Parts: sequence; structure tokens; C-alpha cells
Amino acid sequence: MSNESVVEVKNLTVGYGDIVVLKNISFSVASGEIFVILGGSGCGKSTLLKHMIGLYTPFRGDVLIFGESMVNSSEDEKRKLMRSFGVTYQGGALFGSLTVAENIALPLEEYTTKTPKEINEVVQQKLALVNLDGFGNYMPSELSGGMRKRAGLARAMALDPTLLFFDEPSAGLDPITSAELDRLILRLREELGTTIVIVSHELDSIFTVADRAILLDKETKGIAATGKPKDLRDGSPNLWVREFLTRSKLKRDVV
Amino acid sequence: MGSPSRELVERIGAASTSVFRDMIEMVCFVGDLSKVSWRVLRKPSQLRWKETLYYMDMCGSQAVPIVLMICFLMGVILGFQAAVQMRKFGTELYVADLVGFSILKELGPLMVAMIATGRAGSAFAAEIGTMKVNDEISALETMGFAPSRFLVIPKILAMVIVSPVLTVFGDVIGIAGGFVVGTTMLGLPLMAYYNRTVEVLYPMVFILGMVKSVVFALIIAVIGCLRGFQSECNAQGVGRATTSAVVTSIFLIVIADAVLTIIFSLMGY
Ligand SMILES: Nc1ncnc2c1ncn2[C@@H]1O[C@H](COP(=O)(O)OP(=O)(O)OP(=O)(O)O)[C@@H](O)[C@H]1O
Ligand SMILES: [Mg+2]
Repeated sequence: MSNESVVEVKNLTVGYGDIVVLKNISFSVASGEIFVILGGSGCGKSTLLKHMIGLYTPFRGDVLIFGESMVNSSEDEKRKLMRSFGVTYQGGALFGSLTVAENIALPLEEYTTKTPKEINEVVQQKLALVNLDGFGNYMPSELSGGMRKRAGLARAMALDPTLLFFDEPSAGLDPITSAELDRLILRLREELGTTIVIVSHELDSIFTVADRAILLDKETKGIAATGKPKDLRDGSPNLWVREFLTRSKLKRDVV
Repeated sequence: MGSPSRELVERIGAASTSVFRDMIEMVCFVGDLSKVSWRVLRKPSQLRWKETLYYMDMCGSQAVPIVLMICFLMGVILGFQAAVQMRKFGTELYVADLVGFSILKELGPLMVAMIATGRAGSAFAAEIGTMKVNDEISALETMGFAPSRFLVIPKILAMVIVSPVLTVFGDVIGIAGGFVVGTTMLGLPLMAYYNRTVEVLYPMVFILGMVKSVVFALIIAVIGCLRGFQSECNAQGVGRATTSAVVTSIFLIVIADAVLTIIFSLMGY
């Protein structure tokens, strides 16, 4: 694991229309790191992620992925850059007209010269990885929400990317599946050195997997804290940060 | 607030800017599409055949019964209306001319286009809109695919292949509708009606109808897809996108029909 950064966010200001959601965000993710983006609902985590993966153009600032700018590159360069990482979406975002296996096979068919047999092997292997063996021939609409999410995960990993973005991977999964997912994430990093950026709410999973986290603040539209989740919980000078990470009762009483 | 006249001006201004913006988006979409189409043309292996065949089935074979039925009735109605008028002058045989020309030049392509707008155009918009709501479009993009290669090109290709074929069916059955009226209600001899039809119609009439049907097919597919991509990310948004796809398509088809008719008549047909 080198200390060069795989993702670098520089003075990023993002939003929709006239509304600024986040202001002047800067951070970087090192190679092989598991990096978590935290924050209250509606503070702009998904928005930040969507800008990082190049779906939207930011108001200001830049995002570098493997040292190349996402913002200032041409359409074709951007497409090429996008192939180098995998993304999962909050709802799975499987293609409804294809079976689960076809969904996972799609990037392999398009971007590799593998034979159908080899592709099938990879598909089966990825399905096993997310505990969906035997569901290859199901249509996405025949799966539960959590299963769809896991299938989306398998599709994101189809090309064995060295960088993965997960939007709320464990929300809506049962505790056991969720714990298995944590193990999978750790294993990916261990075996393949994959860099993983996660948007998450699940405190248990954050403490298990995260090397480093940033906590977004809706009020200041900026980063409230950066660091290892345990250190932030135990030693942050900011009370709100400590409360956020301990699920303090205080917060619920206010609501 | 403001006076009523000022409000009126403001409304007209707002409406014009939104129409203008819509036109710009349409032009951008078509431009972007041409770029992707050019690439697929140069590398046909990039075409998604499976999807194309699916849409050919959906927009083509499944539409045959309704096309046959509507075009046949269209021929019957035309023949009937013409018969009532022609009888006054004792020129019953000209029903064959009127039905033949109207169906081939206008009603065949137009009826097929209207049916396709309702069946295919609305389905395209709803499908792409729903995919947008489900983040499927984003997923396509971050997988490094140009969404239009997967979602638009197969639909356009399918429509452009299938529409002229449907129009041929519609033409034949429409003329048959007129034939039924001519031979039963007017009591014209079978061969006389048939000979008259074959005598007056010339190939160019048929070709003009085909040109129209291809243009209409392009409009339906492009507008359906565009409205889908413009859909807002919720259920109501998808509903509005679908409505808008149908309304805009019909509007543009009628305009295109008028323009093509004028061009063809200037060319002497
Ligand atoms: N497409 C959009 N257009 C306009 N505003 C949007 C859009 N998407 C999100 N927003 C706004 O941006 C803000 C951040 O939304 P975002 O989805 O990034 O939140 P989040 O942190 O991911 O929340 P959650 O934890 O609930 O997923 C919200 O206030 C939301 O209203
Ligand atoms: Mg979110």
C-alpha cells in the first residue's frame, strides 16, 4: 500500500440549480484505504459521491481519480476513467430488462475478450461472493431490496476494479448479511488491495471497516471532522461529532 | 401582482423561453445522437442486436393487428364518404383514385405513426424515465457506456425498420377497405375497381408514403427517448414525460407531414 492518493477532491463546491449543498470540500483517499463518508440524512453524501464519480459537474473545484481530472476531461476520457472503478447505488440500479447474471455479464461482454463460458464462470464467482448463488436467472424485479443491492455489488466488482464506490451498501440488510458484507469489504482490500469509498449510516459497520472517515455537516456545508471513527468518537473536540458517533439519546429527545 | 396586460406579457415571455429552451435541448440531443450513431455505423459490433430485435417485436409484430384493423376501417370510411359524393356526379369509379391516393400518400403513414406514438413513443418515454428514477441511467454512465447506445439507437433502428413495413400492410389493407365499399355499396365490378386502382397509382406515390413513414418513425423514437431522459426523478415526472412524448410527437408529425407534402408537391408529385 503506497501513500499516493487514488481519489483527490479539491475545493469542491456542489449543489443543484442555485442551491449549494456542500462548499469547499477537500480530502483525499489513499490507495488501499477504506474511506467512509458520514453525515445526517440529506446533508449531501449521495450528492458528493455522484460528483466524485463524474455524474454531475461541480460548481467549482476538481476531482482527481488516479491522478486524472474528472471535471476537466473530455467525454471520452471521462468514460474511460469511469471504467476503471465500480459503483453501487442506493437501490441497486440493476437493469430491469436483463437477468441478474446478464447484468453482471454486461461489462465483461463489452470490455473484455472473454468467451461466453469464461464470462459465465466470472458471473458465478461474483454471485457466490455476495451469497446469491443460484439467483443468476432471476429478473431484478423478482429479488428483494437487499438482494438487489448485493447483485449491484456483484456487478460493480465484475471487472475487478481497484477502486469501488458504495452508496449505503448495508442499509436495509439484515445484521448477518450486513456483517458478511463488512467481511467481504475487508477481504477485497486484503486480497486485491482495493480502495473503497463508502457512504454509510451503519455505525457498527463503520467501526469495523473504516480506516478513515469524514463527517459532513449540513449547517456549515463543510467537513465537520476527519479521522479514524474510533478516535473521533472518543476524542473529538466537537460535541456534535461525538454524539453522532455514539448515537446519543440526546439527539433523539430533540427530535 | 402587476396589471393584467403586464402579466400576459410575462406569461408569453416565460412560455417562449421554455419552448426555446426545449428546442435547444432537442437539437443538442439529436447532435449527441448523431455522434453515437456515427460511431455505431463505423463499428456495427457495438450495436445491441438483442435490444433492437426486442423493440422490433414490440413496435412491429405486436402492432400488426391494430394497424390492419384501423387502416382497413380507414379505407372503408374513405370509400364510403367518397362514394356518397361521387355518386352525385355518376363518377363512382373515381372512388378507387381517391382511396388509393389518400391511403398511400397520407393516411397509411399517418395512421401507422399515430398508432406507433401511442404504443411505442409513450413506452419509450416511460421506460427511460423509470430507468432514470432507479439510477439505472447513472449506472450505465458510470460503467462507461454512452446511455444512448443502449437505450436510444436500438429503439430508433427498430422503429425505422418496422414502420415502413407496417405502412405497407396498412396501405394494402386500406385499399382493400375502399375496394369492399366500391364493390358492395357501389356495385362496381371487381375487375374495374382493381384495374382503375392499378392504372392511376404510380410507384412514386408509394415511395413518398414510405419516406413519410421513416421520418415519422424517427420523430416518434427520438422524442420518446428525449422526454424519457428529461423526466423528473419521481413517478409523477415519468407520467408527465409520457404525456409530453405523445403530445410532442403528434405535433411534430403533423408539422413534418405538412412540410413533406409541400416539398413533394413542389417537386411535382
Ligand atoms: N436531483 C436533485 N435536485 C435538487 N436537489 C437535490 C437533488 N438531489 C438531492 N437534492 C438535495 O440535496 C441535498 C442532499 O441530498 P443527498 O441525496 O445528497 O443527501 P444524502 O446525504 O445522501 O441523504 P441520505 O442519507 O438520506 O441518502 C438534499 O437537501 C436534497 O434536497
Ligand atoms: Mg443518499
